Amino acid sequence: MIASQRPKYLDLIGIRLPLPGLVSILHRISGTALFIFAWALLYLLQESLRSSESHAHFAALTGHWLVKLFLIGMLWSFLHHFFAGLRFLLLDVHVAGDLAAARATSWAVLIASLLLTAILGVRLW
Amino acid sequence: MVKRVITGAHYGLKDWLAQRVTALVMALYVVVFVGILLVCPPQGYEQWRSLFGNQFMRIATFVFFISVFWHAWVGVRDILMDYVKPTGVRLGLEIAVVLVLVGYAVWAVQILWSL
Repeated sequence: MIASQRPKYLDLIGIRLPLPGLVSILHRISGTALFIFAWALLYLLQESLRSSESHAHFAALTGHWLVKLFLIGMLWSFLHHFFAGLRFLLLDVHVAGDLAAARATSWAVLIASLLLTAILGVRLW
Repeated sequence: MVKRVITGAHYGLKDWLAQRVTALVMALYVVVFVGILLVCPPQGYEQWRSLFGNQFMRIATFVFFISVFWHAWVGVRDILMDYVKPTGVRLGLEIAVVLVLVGYAVWAVQILWSL
C-alpha cells in the first residue's frame, strides 16, 4: 500500500495545532457530542410537548443543575458547530481563505460561540 | 488495481454536497426559530404546543430533523472512516449509526404528529 510509506508525525503533544486546526477539531468534537446526546435532546423535546403533565416533568428536569450544566454543554457544542460550519461554507466558496483572514475568522468562531454560550447560559440558568 | 473498501466514501460528490445542503437547511430553520422565540416568545405549555402544532411549523421542523440526521450520518461516517480502520468494525458501527438515526427520525415524526 502506498499510503503506509507516507511520513507520519503523530506525537499529539508535540504537534502545535494552528488556530484553524483547533476550530476544525472542535467542530468534530462538538458534532460528535451532539450526535451522542441527540437522544436526550429529543427526549426533552418530547416531554416539553406531549402533555401538560409531561411539560411539568420537562420543567422539573431542566430545573436540575446537572441537566442545566448538560444543556449549556450542548449549547456550546451547537453554537461552535454552527459558527465553525458557516466558516467552512465560506471557505468552500473561497471567502476568507488566506492565512490572516482564516486566523481572524477562527478567532471570531471561538469567541462568538463562547460568548453566546456564556450570555445565554447565564440568562437561562 | 484500485483498492475499494466496502465502507468507503463511495468516491463521489453526493455526500459532500448533502452535508452542505443540509447545513444550510438547518441554519435557515434555526435562524427563523430563534427569530420566532425573540419576536413572540411562547408563554407556557399551550403556546409552546400550538407553535409546533401549526402545520407549516410541523413540516418545517420535520424537514429540519431529516436534515439533522442526514447531516449526522455524513459527519459520523467521516469520523468513523478516519479513526476506525478494521473494515468489519467500521461496517458494524456504520450500520449501528444508520439504525439509530432512522430510529430518531421515526421518533421525531411521532413527537411532531402526536400533537
